[in-house]
Amino acid sequence: MAFDWNFVAKFYPLFLRAAWLTLWLGLLGTFLASLVGFIGAIITYARVPGLNRLFRAYVEVSRNTPLLIQLFFLYFGLPKMGIMLESRTAAMLGLAFLGGGYMAEAIRAGLGAVPPGQLEAGYAIGLTRAQVIRHVLLPQAFAVAMPAIGANVIFLLKETSVFSVVALADLMFVAKDLIGMYYRTNEALLMLVLAYLLLLLPLSLLFYLWERKLRHAGFGG
Amino acid sequence: MVTVPTGLLAGESPAAPILAVTGLGKNFGERVVLQDVSFQIAKGEVVVVIGPSGCGKSTLLRCLNGLEKADAGQVRLDGQDLCQGQIKWSLVRQRIGMVFQSYDLFPHLTVKENLLLGPLRAQRRRRVEALAQAEELLDRVGLLDRAESYPRQLSGGQKQRVAIIRALCMNPEIILFDEVTAALDPEMVAEVLEVMLGLAQQGMTMLIVTHEMDFARGVADRVIFLDAGVVVEESPPDIFFTAAKSERVRRFLDRRRYERRLKTVG
Repeated sequence: MAFDWNFVAKFYPLFLRAAWLTLWLGLLGTFLASLVGFIGAIITYARVPGLNRLFRAYVEVSRNTPLLIQLFFLYFGLPKMGIMLESRTAAMLGLAFLGGGYMAEAIRAGLGAVPPGQLEAGYAIGLTRAQVIRHVLLPQAFAVAMPAIGANVIFLLKETSVFSVVALADLMFVAKDLIGMYYRTNEALLMLVLAYLLLLLPLSLLFYLWERKLRHAGFGG
Repeated sequence: MVTVPTGLLAGESPAAPILAVTGLGKNFGERVVLQDVSFQIAKGEVVVVIGPSGCGKSTLLRCLNGLEKADAGQVRLDGQDLCQGQIKWSLVRQRIGMVFQSYDLFPHLTVKENLLLGPLRAQRRRRVEALAQAEELLDRVGLLDRAESYPRQLSGGQKQRVAIIRALCMNPEIILFDEVTAALDPEMVAEVLEVMLGLAQQGMTMLIVTHEMDFARGVADRVIFLDAGVVVEESPPDIFFTAAKSERVRRFLDRRRYERRLKTVG
């Protein structure tokens, strides 16, 4: 079977639409994951009694179970306990659950990399605790954590490829659908790969430039 | 609340101490780091603390601005007791500056931003006015052209000069110096000590921990010798360096001379 460009021309809008859905849900999930990770990292960093252990347990569960299983639990397991989630909600929450653990570890490493002397220097010029956190601790912690955070974002967006298990018409779903209906495997897979590259390459570049800017702004020297 | 300087109440001379430390004690677990430390500093006075490594000098300074919590005794800043009740340390620290051995400039901020962080955020002063002061101080230590540099672009001596004027930008009533030249190359030590000498001449109240004996002798109004957390001797520099009352001090200073002889031979 020769490669059929007409097939590509006919069906690429389906991929675009799916790419859009993947991007939105992926970014929302990643945003939530960052939020969870940030709060969790602060809890771990400040060793908040009780919460600290609870969060450590969550980190282990989120990082040591596959997203596929987490989505199964959210979409098929929770309804048995009376909690019905829509496909998109389940997908987004699943991604946030998975990503929260990874983001927390990345940010925690960043916080831990700021020497205690920096905080003391902040206190010594009369800053309050909140001001030290905002103007001394966080900017430096994020600069250190940025590469890991960027890698997590790309990783999480790629993980969206299992969203089809909760009946979402994401990129993977569209590709499998087309292959099933028309047996045009090569064409469908090419579009699938291109769609992911289209989504992720600009993001990778963006993170690369951002990291470089941070490095140039006087860190690590 | 009105606080009356204790000196006035007791009918002492009007030159009441700006900082009065009484019976200060500090333990780390079982280890006694400071024991019954008492001394006073009057406005404009320069007091140098000398002592062997690990004698509690740094801990003493850190107890004065609340980076460590003292276990016993009393610290009074201009009459205000810093060991009783709820202390707003962020306000106290605006009045007690501190300079560290490792500079601890903020690496993510330019020199100018390092200097302005305290005045703008902690003191909420106007930018124009704070900037004018920062630039004047930078000029005074010969670093005006480095205002936009990042700390990593500076030499150790330059970093420490910036750290000193970062403390000065808060207009503190007293500045604590914690071995500020200990991490510097000998050549850079001089440029930092000169800045401190200038401050002393302008009447800045300073409490200095240092191992630079010649500098101590030149700058100090009084020298305190601390050993194993206890004040062994407190005397004017002329007496301290030539005719110390305590055998322990004489041994400490002799040892230094011996080291110096070794260096010139080798």
